[in-house]
Amino acid sequence: MAAINITNVSKIYAGGVEAVKSVSIDIADGEFIVLVGPSGCGKSTLLRMVAGLEAISKGTVEIGDRVINTVEPAERDIAMVFQNYALYPHMTVYNNLAYGLKNRGTPKAEIDARVAEAARMLEIEQYLTRKPRALSGGQRQRVAMGRAIVRKPAAFLFDEPLSNLDAKLRVTMRGEIKQLQKRLGTTSLYVTHDQLEAMTLADRLVVLNGGQIEQIGRPLDVYHTPASTFVASFIGSPAMNLLRATRDGPRLHFGSQVLESDRLSALPAELTVGIRAEDLRVARTGEQSLTVKVDYIEELGAQRLVHGTVDGKKLTAALSPEIALAETVALTIAPSRLHFFDVTTGKRLAQAPDGLGGRREVANTLEAAVG
Amino acid sequence: MHRTKIFDHFILLFGVFIMVGPLLVALMTSSHEAADIHRNGLQILPGGHFVETYETVLTKEGGFTGKITGLRMMMNSLILGLGFAAGKIILSMLAAYALVYFRFRFATITFWMIFTTLLLPLEVRILPSYEVMNTLHLTNTYTGLIVPLLASATGTFYFRQFFKSIPDELLEAARIDGAGPFKFFIDVIAPLSKTMMAAIFIIMFVYGWNQYLWPTLMTTDESFFTLVRGIKQILLVWVGSNIPDYNEAFALAILAMLPPVMIVMIFQRWFIKGLTESDK
Repeated sequence: MAAINITNVSKIYAGGVEAVKSVSIDIADGEFIVLVGPSGCGKSTLLRMVAGLEAISKGTVEIGDRVINTVEPAERDIAMVFQNYALYPHMTVYNNLAYGLKNRGTPKAEIDARVAEAARMLEIEQYLTRKPRALSGGQRQRVAMGRAIVRKPAAFLFDEPLSNLDAKLRVTMRGEIKQLQKRLGTTSLYVTHDQLEAMTLADRLVVLNGGQIEQIGRPLDVYHTPASTFVASFIGSPAMNLLRATRDGPRLHFGSQVLESDRLSALPAELTVGIRAEDLRVARTGEQSLTVKVDYIEELGAQRLVHGTVDGKKLTAALSPEIALAETVALTIAPSRLHFFDVTTGKRLAQAPDGLGGRREVANTLEAAVG
Repeated sequence: MHRTKIFDHFILLFGVFIMVGPLLVALMTSSHEAADIHRNGLQILPGGHFVETYETVLTKEGGFTGKITGLRMMMNSLILGLGFAAGKIILSMLAAYALVYFRFRFATITFWMIFTTLLLPLEVRILPSYEVMNTLHLTNTYTGLIVPLLASATGTFYFRQFFKSIPDELLEAARIDGAGPFKFFIDVIAPLSKTMMAAIFIIMFVYGWNQYLWPTLMTTDESFFTLVRGIKQILLVWVGSNIPDYNEAFALAILAMLPPVMIVMIFQRWFIKGLTESDK
């Protein structure tokens, strides 16, 4: 068990490509941190630098108060779970689990005990004598986790461990990883490109884009107060609607359509407005609304995703399947649910405080900015 | 599925006839007496002197010095074949391991230099090699017979391609598991290469066993003669007013064929696996 402090870490490849740009993350002991971002955002590189599989170009990584920049991977007291499991194909499951311990000169009796314990925890006891090729994808994944667990390391590093599994198994394993991590209380760093995995697993998630941190925060805070248009469009499914608008006093103009709110005073004249699909609802008569021309509908069962256009701009709304739909629908949103972003930088703009919801948002924005 | 027809069998039988026919003729002819062969040519029926001929060939001391037996030559061939195959595997595995897993300058150039030597047969460098061995006083030794032939571009190339197909994550997992370069080689790379090693072993053993020019050049002492050389020697030695011992030459040829055939049969399964298996 240990805290991990990543301070101003950069990765510069030969040729000058900067894959990770001065990233700092402080991970508390026992915390589950998820690095999430699109492919090529540097999340795996960052993880591999912590693991010692890539050299750290700049900055320092500390695991439990020890700077480990030049320490061999085996000496860093970490264990890693790989996307393709990376089990030794010629060894039995038992030997796969025991290999790391044997190399460290752990006594035979203790190896036996630890392997047995890990196997029991992961319910792979009956496979201990098998070779990895005789196991299914999910079982291999368990063995890979077992190999990490037996070592009792200071930290677990997960590199997209669920990407090779089918959708259903991924959900099950996601739950198991979460429970296991809670039970063991081991500091964990988890890389994924799947925002749903990130949301469900993380104590705090780190959204990376182009090698830089866009936002660090608890999943719900990131979801409700995304720090930038990038985070807004990346976290949450369907992605947040981002519409260009102009402000004129208390009115927001979306082309020819208008929404009014009394909380716009601090905002610039040109801005990007973010609207979560599920915050939209059908307007009652007399309410202010946006007229949406329906293009097509996706039925999800519990929800119905309505894809349409507002004044030529794309908009997605998640509505109840009970509502009858015409070719156009009038949709509305509570003004406090609107998100505002700078047109050029894409950074979040705070709206004027109004009531409890507003204050909470400001607080979170501040926290996100500090984090 | 394709149903076998009578015609398919004809093709197969024809193939078998072409391949096995000459061997059968050699085997049958070897069981006749030399004079018989000289008079009537090659034989396809057993001649009744099978045991005697082979006993003579294996145990009779012959040659200029009158000391060399067939058994001795067979042992020399085995030593050459085994040493050759084992040495080549070890050397080319280590070379490929360095080329694939260690980042050093000029690795690519080194590889291509090794690779281009594939184009050069032994005969091109045979005189310089001989000169080196001669200067080192290694003629008429097993070391001299084996060592200069060990560097293998073919083997290095095969192992390099094979190592490259092993996922990098395995190396990374091993590094995190605390295995150094040597441990990783012994614990992971070597066991994974088993089938590949078997394939290379067969190719190289047969290649080494069949070496003719190099042993001829390197050995003047008859106790280092190999079987393949011995066949030729028999026909030379007994030439004179006598009839050449055709039967013994054929018997030696059969004996010379036996071990490579056995090796191929024993390792066949691994051999095919090693050359075709890509799922790692």
